Amino acid sequence: MTNHWVDIKNADLVLIMGGNAAEAHPCGFKWVVEAKKHNAAKLIVVDPRFTRSASVADYYAPLRTGTDIVFLGGVINYLLSNNKIQHEYVKAYTDFTFLVNEGFSFENGLFSGYDAETGTYNRSSWNYQLGEDGYVKTDPTLQHPRCVYQLLNNHYSRYTPEMVERICGTPKEQFLKVAEMISSTAAPDRAMTIMYALGWTQHSLGTQMIRAGAMVQLLLGNIGVSGGGMNALRGHSNIQGLTDLGLMSDLLPGYLNLPGEKETDYRAYIRKRAFKPLRPNQMSYWQNYEKFHVSLMKAWFGDAAGKDNDWCFDWLPKLDKMHDVLQVFEDMFQGRMNGYLCQGFNALAAFPNKAKLGAALAGLKYLVVMDPLATETAEFWRDFGEYNEVDPAKVQTTVFRLPCGCFAEEDGALVNSGRWLQWHWKGTEPPGEAKVSTEIMARIFIRLRELYRAEGGAFPDPILNLSWPYRIPGDPSSEELAREESGKALVDLTDPMDKTRIIRKAGEQLDGFAQLRDDGTTACGCWIFSGSWTQAGNQMARRDNSDPFGNGQTLGWAWAWPANRRILYNRASARPDGTPWNSKRRSIWWNGRMWEGSDVPDFKADSNPAEGMGPFIMNPEGVARFFSVDKNADGPFPEHYEPFESPVGLNLLNSNPRAVNNPAARVFKGDREAFGQSKDFPYAATTYRLTEHFHYWTKHCRINAILQPRQFVEIDEDLAAEKGIKTGDMVKVLSNRGGIKAVAVVTKRLQPLVVNGKKVHHVGIPIHWGFKGLARKGYLTNTLTPFVGDANTQTPEFKSFLVNIERA
Amino acid sequence: MALQSLDIRHRSATTTPSPSQRRTEEVAKLIDVTTCIGCKACQAACLEWNDIRDDVGTNNGFYDNPPDLTASSWTVMRYSEIREGGGLQWLIRKDGCMHCQEPGCLKACPSPGAIIQYSNGIVDFHEEECIGCGYCITGCPFNIPRLSAKDGKVYKCTLCSDRVAVGIEPACIKACPTGALQFGTKEQMRDYARYRIADLKSRGFANAGLYDPAGVGGTHVMYVLHHADRPGLYSGLTADPGISPLVALWKGAAKSLAAGALGALVLGSFFHYVARGPIEISGEREDEQEKEGDAK
Repeated sequence: MTNHWVDIKNADLVLIMGGNAAEAHPCGFKWVVEAKKHNAAKLIVVDPRFTRSASVADYYAPLRTGTDIVFLGGVINYLLSNNKIQHEYVKAYTDFTFLVNEGFSFENGLFSGYDAETGTYNRSSWNYQLGEDGYVKTDPTLQHPRCVYQLLNNHYSRYTPEMVERICGTPKEQFLKVAEMISSTAAPDRAMTIMYALGWTQHSLGTQMIRAGAMVQLLLGNIGVSGGGMNALRGHSNIQGLTDLGLMSDLLPGYLNLPGEKETDYRAYIRKRAFKPLRPNQMSYWQNYEKFHVSLMKAWFGDAAGKDNDWCFDWLPKLDKMHDVLQVFEDMFQGRMNGYLCQGFNALAAFPNKAKLGAALAGLKYLVVMDPLATETAEFWRDFGEYNEVDPAKVQTTVFRLPCGCFAEEDGALVNSGRWLQWHWKGTEPPGEAKVSTEIMARIFIRLRELYRAEGGAFPDPILNLSWPYRIPGDPSSEELAREESGKALVDLTDPMDKTRIIRKAGEQLDGFAQLRDDGTTACGCWIFSGSWTQAGNQMARRDNSDPFGNGQTLGWAWAWPANRRILYNRASARPDGTPWNSKRRSIWWNGRMWEGSDVPDFKADSNPAEGMGPFIMNPEGVARFFSVDKNADGPFPEHYEPFESPVGLNLLNSNPRAVNNPAARVFKGDREAFGQSKDFPYAATTYRLTEHFHYWTKHCRINAILQPRQFVEIDEDLAAEKGIKTGDMVKVLSNRGGIKAVAVVTKRLQPLVVNGKKVHHVGIPIHWGFKGLARKGYLTNTLTPFVGDANTQTPEFKSFLVNIERA
Repeated sequence: MALQSLDIRHRSATTTPSPSQRRTEEVAKLIDVTTCIGCKACQAACLEWNDIRDDVGTNNGFYDNPPDLTASSWTVMRYSEIREGGGLQWLIRKDGCMHCQEPGCLKACPSPGAIIQYSNGIVDFHEEECIGCGYCITGCPFNIPRLSAKDGKVYKCTLCSDRVAVGIEPACIKACPTGALQFGTKEQMRDYARYRIADLKSRGFANAGLYDPAGVGGTHVMYVLHHADRPGLYSGLTADPGISPLVALWKGAAKSLAAGALGALVLGSFFHYVARGPIEISGEREDEQEKEGDAK
């Protein structure tokens, strides 16, 4: 989230799209209700299904799954062509005036630089025109045909209300009603928040859907302001923490990233990431990259990391490509892996195409599963009849199960969607022989290190030299790990302005990332968490809910990264001259000497507005980007492509056979062949969660099993009548990869949509059942789903695929 | 059994007067269906606090689960899909005991002390006194009490009388994530309802209103409805509940008749109980429920 849960109460308008907060985030949804009750806010829900969120919305509009960019592109077009944008905001705080390279183009579904052979883009033309001073050229009049405003206007002029109706199936008047409501927040004293979740991420163009939402918010001036923002509702209680700590194949903690395989030179690695400002007087905060990186290496490798060995740069893996979970299971499926340590997720249920996953796991020599529950993954080899037909005799994989505690059985911090690190204390001890995950990991590490010490091995250095300073080596405490992530001084640190003054003594906890150094005198395991555990103690454990400004920022409650800031880009809540856009909902302001307010300024505290520093300090431009230059794999502007399995089969926005689906998405051989066609599988399917359950965990809990005991799928009344299905009947749902059986729930909450003149039905498929647990046995729904992900993140396309349905 | 006997207003089949020295404030639960998201947290909290567990059932083609109140499910969510004027409404109502000011169950109950009304308005069943005759079921205008096949006793929501007795809110209120469930004095709840109704009217629900039906003297569980003019939209919420004429007759006019006549009635109920038994009654009710399910 750019903002946070409590701040949603400050919204004038809430758009829930690409998510279903009432269903999947009922506790957070209370802030939507607060906004409605106490701020007279309106709630809009746009979703293929009339959801629990829609049940309390002021307005609902349907759309076909996977077409959100058309809808949002339509809103962008509406705002631009009806002059419903916050002009001063976009001109000062975005790239509207920036000139784009002459080489950049977009024609018939493809951006410039497409290589049909590899299915990837050469992105070199996706860039700005630079002047001789090294700065981006701009046209403040917005007349230049290459300025971002003109390109944007041109790109989305194709996204008309008629096109929205044709592709999304949203009736034109309903689309216009939503666009009109949204446009009301272009006024500086009104704010809209967007709440989204997996309904946007789980598409082959998920990143671009989110970008399209962010573009709507920028046009309206809703980023950086209280009650506004782009608010990703994270699923797992600590999934935000997972990304923050860099548990992705290409990331290091704190959104630092791994070098590519050609990046063998340390200085070049740093240079490429320490972005120089692209406009005068801009902060470009990533210029500090090396301070964060060196402090990380000192935390990991201690004394072994020195200037002479480039802080152990050679020890870092050099990426040949993303090794995301789809790639890992593809490798496993192709027999390129021997062993797999599966921690914290139920892989057999959580990734697409169960048949492929099961075959992949069966090719392993060993599988280690660390989990509090007896997951389906741990028993992938066992025959559960129709739910998991396997001949155990043919599976040679040895499965080791290491029972671990769950979050309630250990102390530690969880990072919530609003980036708050909230410390919690364990409620009980893990049962039986279960151990907390850190103890299991530590003991595996110590055994491995012994083996390397005794036997050598190909590359023992990073293992043997890993800093391991914990009091009980086999059981590092949460407190020790949290202190390490926050960071400490390795020598007495002096004030750069006054060398005689010591700001932190050797061994003391640092106050924040501003104190990190690139000379090896500080250590910090995750720079964005720096300041979460200071010399004053554990900031995450704070529980002071004072709210002096009455706007819910509560700076004394827990601790938010970065630097306890509650709303990111909050400089944009004030006009260029430093006065708040909305005097009733002030965030920070310039007091003539420095920035102050109800939040920690996400800005240089003493930068006089006259200097013209932009609010988006992490971007070298200082402004927000409509044109994302070369940052995305699939284009600088969000463009609609059909899901890989589309009930329409063609992209009405272009006539290019290469651009029906996302041209930059990665599809492995064999998986493309496993995609189905609409002639065999005519219905648009989408998977989702129910409020009664949490993923595949709570089917192991009696009460949750009582509240939603048995697997079901949802269909509209029209389709039910056509197929002779009554509510409560058993049905078979089939995709080109497999089939499941479930109870049919026939509902008015799904309606057939007319797409390009043809009726499209949705089949809704909740995910929560499996062959283990206390609920009635069911099928893992990923039996049905296609093995393809978003072009940027590789998040699987669970939200849009094709099925057929018949009475069982 | 949580409140002191001092706080008892009415006791079933008891003719001696109730204590009246002390006065307590009347409480109420307010269910604002317009901010309810049907998450069933209240159902889960009810099972947990009262430490009861229903069976793991099945899916009958609806979100409603368990599909009806049972002796182990004292509250359930009822979902109805209403299409009107082109727009869909998913009306979700938490169902359970309404804690009537004039409780039909208590009036019908022939067993002394099996049903108690406290002076704060809570109507509580004391199962140790329950003889399983099922009269309370007939007497209830909201079809709430459920006879247990396991022990032949009748169960329903206690409004967490044990929690309320020590000054805390019922478990369902505590668990509700959106504030759709509120608890306080009946007067506070009426005030809060007025505030909610004004908001709903500003959003175009001209008939928004409070459900506090006069036919049972008002209730200690009240609803804020968007369509207070048509409570039946909410999975058949009774528009004008009242106590069955039979129960009214028995407990009203008949009470003043000769003891012989009363004796005959009690005797009749006794024979009815012996002849048909509690399970039989439960069977009939299930049939009715199935029919209702089909009608959905």
